[in-house]
Amino acid sequence: MKPAAFDFIRAGNLSEALDALGQYGSDARIIAGGQSLMPMLNMRLAKPAVLIDVMGIPGLDAVRREGDTIVISAGVRQAALMQRPNLASELPLLAAALPWLGHYQTRTRGTVCGSAAHADPSAEIPLCLVALDGEVRLRSRKRSRRVKAGDFFVGMMVTDKADDELIEAVTFPVSKPGSGHAFKEVARRHGDFAIVGCAALVTPDAIHLAVAGVADKPQRRSFPLLDGSALSDALNAFAWDLDARDDYHATARLRRDLVRSLGRDTIKEALSCRT
Amino acid sequence: MSHLSAATRHRVAFTLNGRPVSLEAEPRLLASDALRHGLGATGTHVGCEHGVCGACTIQIDGVPARACLTLAVQLEGRKVRTVEGLGPAADRLSVLQASFRRHHALQCGFCTAGILVSLDAFLHEQPHPSEEELRIVVGGHLCRCTGYTPIIRATLEAAEQLRSDPSLPDSSHV
Repeated sequence: MKPAAFDFIRAGNLSEALDALGQYGSDARIIAGGQSLMPMLNMRLAKPAVLIDVMGIPGLDAVRREGDTIVISAGVRQAALMQRPNLASELPLLAAALPWLGHYQTRTRGTVCGSAAHADPSAEIPLCLVALDGEVRLRSRKRSRRVKAGDFFVGMMVTDKADDELIEAVTFPVSKPGSGHAFKEVARRHGDFAIVGCAALVTPDAIHLAVAGVADKPQRRSFPLLDGSALSDALNAFAWDLDARDDYHATARLRRDLVRSLGRDTIKEALSCRT
Repeated sequence: MSHLSAATRHRVAFTLNGRPVSLEAEPRLLASDALRHGLGATGTHVGCEHGVCGACTIQIDGVPARACLTLAVQLEGRKVRTVEGLGPAADRLSVLQASFRRHHALQCGFCTAGILVSLDAFLHEQPHPSEEELRIVVGGHLCRCTGYTPIIRATLEAAEQLRSDPSLPDSSHV
């Protein structure tokens, strides 16, 4: 349970970090808060030759509003985002989901972008990014690009990020008037990885439901404003399409059942808190 | 930019419980091992070593963190506080520690150091904690002896004492 040996580079600015990534490529990993990467290192599921620490880069801890978008930079810790004034009005889904993200003792270190980079299929940040159709801003020495969340998450802990790229920021659209948001998850213990997590966004003409912990990445489906048995049928179809598997934590059947019941509860709550 | 090579040890200097300390660390050395083996501060316990059990929780610049998910080199220049720094003196308990003792909030004591360090930080952030809030904070720690109830009871009482007399010798943050 000790990491294999690695070099440790403290980047003083973004171009130093990008140069190091360009030089070492797949041998390097970015470390920010370390709350996802350190367990991987300790268990030797990841054995990078080089770690590049970005937490000393000035300005990387900024959360800012660009028009109707909230931009969360690579160094923003989860606990810091929770303390943002107006988070509940700007990003009500994040305000609801963040208290479920890890523990009080890990949110103090873990970053929002780090959770996106780790891409655990049951994690809350990827789920919220997909639910709200957010974006990931990637940067390498050669280029910058923006990828929609639905395209960024490719599979279990696999993303569209190239080896020489780092996540510079993730962006979420600000909540629009007339919309409602809700988040719910089921886990063995508050703060553990979710067996199933649901995030709902209701707009004046549609229901969007994203589900984590079932498929190999968070998945979103949009429905018209259904209710009653029509909504049940739509949720049942979604549950089956997610291709749940049995594992140590839960059976596929339980997961499908949670998509139906927790999904319905989440949508109901989102409908009830429309602004 | 500084580049610390894997094969050599590098000097890491930080403040531990108000005292400047330093040690030689390879980049891969965990903060938990640096404290215990490098500095002999064995109050911080090591359980799961992947961030789940909470036994190794320390405070870095006043906020709780898992020492097993932190590298020693990341402590450079930081203010670190461990269970050894909670009491006002080596032979005196903090208000929270004394309340743990009165309420039998520990049995084997393995998880206790981490729980005390977490709750100490939380009580500074939230001097009026609800039972629900405390249950969520303590939920970041595994305790197999107490069933948690005496821990919550002890913490509620300590919070009340600290509110009624802020001059009590609790955990002046250093």
